Amino acid sequence: MANPVTVDFPRNFTKALNDGQLRRNLRAAMDTLGLRRRNLFSDPEAFEQLRARGDAIRRRALNKLPQLLEQLERTCTENGIQVHWAETPDEASRICLAIIQRHNATRVIKGKSMVSEEMHLNHFLEGHGIEALETDLGEYIIQLDHETPSHIIVPAIHKNRDQIARLFHEKIPNTPYTEVVEELNAIARQVLREKFFAGEVGVSGVNFAVAETGTLCLVENEGNGRMCTTAPPVHIAVMGLEKVVERLEDVPPLLRLLTGSATGQLITTYFNMITSPRKPDEKDGPKEVHLVLLDNGRTQIWADPELRQTLKCIRCGTCLNHCPVYTRLGGHAYGYVYPGPIGSILTPQLEGLENAGAMATASTFCGACEEVCPVKIPIVDILRRLRVEAYNKADSPHAVKGHGYKVNAAENLTWKGWALSNATPWVNALNARLLGLLGPQLSKLPAPDIVKKWTQSRALPPFASKSLHVLAKEKGIGDE
Amino acid sequence: MPTRPEKVYYFGTCLIDLCYPQAGMAGIELLRHAGIQVIYPQQQSCCGQPAYNSGFPEEARRVARQQLKAFAKDYPIIVPSGSCGGMLKHHYPKLFADEPEATVAKRFSDRVFELSEFLVRVLDVKLEDRGQPIKVTWHSSCSALREMRVIEYSKSLVRQLKNVEMIELQRERECCGFGGSFSVKQADLSSAMVADKVADIEQTGAALLLSGDCGCLMNIGGALEHRKIPIPVKHVAEFILERAHG
Ligand code: SF4
Repeated sequence: MANPVTVDFPRNFTKALNDGQLRRNLRAAMDTLGLRRRNLFSDPEAFEQLRARGDAIRRRALNKLPQLLEQLERTCTENGIQVHWAETPDEASRICLAIIQRHNATRVIKGKSMVSEEMHLNHFLEGHGIEALETDLGEYIIQLDHETPSHIIVPAIHKNRDQIARLFHEKIPNTPYTEVVEELNAIARQVLREKFFAGEVGVSGVNFAVAETGTLCLVENEGNGRMCTTAPPVHIAVMGLEKVVERLEDVPPLLRLLTGSATGQLITTYFNMITSPRKPDEKDGPKEVHLVLLDNGRTQIWADPELRQTLKCIRCGTCLNHCPVYTRLGGHAYGYVYPGPIGSILTPQLEGLENAGAMATASTFCGACEEVCPVKIPIVDILRRLRVEAYNKADSPHAVKGHGYKVNAAENLTWKGWALSNATPWVNALNARLLGLLGPQLSKLPAPDIVKKWTQSRALPPFASKSLHVLAKEKGIGDE
Repeated sequence: MPTRPEKVYYFGTCLIDLCYPQAGMAGIELLRHAGIQVIYPQQQSCCGQPAYNSGFPEEARRVARQQLKAFAKDYPIIVPSGSCGGMLKHHYPKLFADEPEATVAKRFSDRVFELSEFLVRVLDVKLEDRGQPIKVTWHSSCSALREMRVIEYSKSLVRQLKNVEMIELQRERECCGFGGSFSVKQADLSSAMVADKVADIEQTGAALLLSGDCGCLMNIGGALEHRKIPIPVKHVAEFILERAHG
């Protein structure tokens, strides 16, 4: 990702936490999404069964990833879809650019795609004189305001209705101010419709690609995805190479899990299955369809059996909606394309721990994400693994990029001392005595940084004058 | 679940040992009132979770080995904490997966039970409330809720007390923001989370906050005290003991 490499997490976090409006917007939106999901998956047993299937499908696909990708290339090619491989985001962007330039196009219309965000495609194309117009309503809103998505499913979730009303009024010529949802929708529809017809190339993401049949599946609610993939003469689909599934019959359970988890819908308004460009006897559809498969470090992630599970993700976004940290920060504070729990496990692996490792510390390990993840990604285990890698200097073929970046003598020594004390009963007993004696005086001592951080919002813990070890002994509780 | 044993081990947890020994003793007393002989190995210390979650598995293992040694006999191991219980039960097998102690650790984990679950499911304790009417509210620790899945047992004990009215939080399933080292490494985030938790507790109008985990109680209790909100916090074992046997 051509992101600003150093993200100032502490500054971003403080800024987000102090933004009351943002926190209210997020809370309201997350509550709504969470409630819808709960209503749809109201039977816990049925949900467990369904997600066990989802998990199995994604596991099977990843276990056979190299074969399935070859198969996908073959079936797509047979169907007339041109397949391109890109190792880096930059390469993927260049492939898109070459296709666009070959058609002398200057205007591209885009459906929602997180991989295109990963590529920073819009920015790249702009630099080459090509205008990329977002057609998803949320994406359109943030593009108007020169922002990036703050959520992987609902990109403008950080904005409320009033903010959108003001934005439309200011940025769209001749637009009177209105807060009426229907009117806002009508304004956007009017603007976007004109754009659909101006688009010379359509770009979309891919939710699932079926290796067996060479089919690209695209899930959406607004119909803009269908427009982008059918109206212009050229369609470019960009996808992370982990999105492949083996068989057509794998799609329905995943689709059900995706829409249910993302928005609490049984099914979305549109579900597109793209299997070829326009055939000679067909009246519509693009004349060319391209599939760009992006690696960007995924192969490296795939090589490690534990980290590989990161790639099961179907980008439903429900881990964000249920995350107590995301709910308080929003997506922008994370500084990278993928925020929230999935972002916190994926981004450090893509960007390197030295850049994004801090994301793995922004979790209490509460497990709310894992509880709802439709493909059972062990998010907490992977976060913990990233914390281990941060201190792990040893080179191994599976080490995460930037591993060992946090190694420092002070912390090492602290944990060594802690381990010694807790593995040696008499030292432990002595420590307990000392803390018990010192406890009441602690607040009078000059406080080290960690104590200051604790007491910024909390009273000090009440160290007891007699430990449980001592009490148990005094009460004659057996020791064997 | 095992059948009713004669003897059990008690793992007090390091936080209870240092800061909340009366909560720890209450758990022991409840087991004894149910006719169980309790063994408290003096060689025990910490479950190792602080190092395990901070990226120091080697140090965690060193401390965990000490617990494997201290709890070597075949008795059930009762833990008055969902968090430490979760570490002992669900993470020891992973921590020792590639170590010579793999089998020992697995057997150890199988013997671990959270206190309230053990009181309800194995000992089937019946409580008679001798206390004055009181309104309390309940905080579920994330590990008790999602890892050990014992919240229903803890609450069912409180519900047996007929003079106690339990008012649920609006966001009971949301983390209080403790998260061990998270509370100081991400102090601002942690503060924001505990502030919301405190507000939720206040709106219940309860006179007391109960929980089965002292880490959360230290966090929330500390925040209540810092804000001078006169709602005390108490470990559920201590509360039950006072009401039923006090
Ligand atoms: S990690 Fe799970 S919950 Fe989060 S976006 Fe991916 S599939 Fe959805």
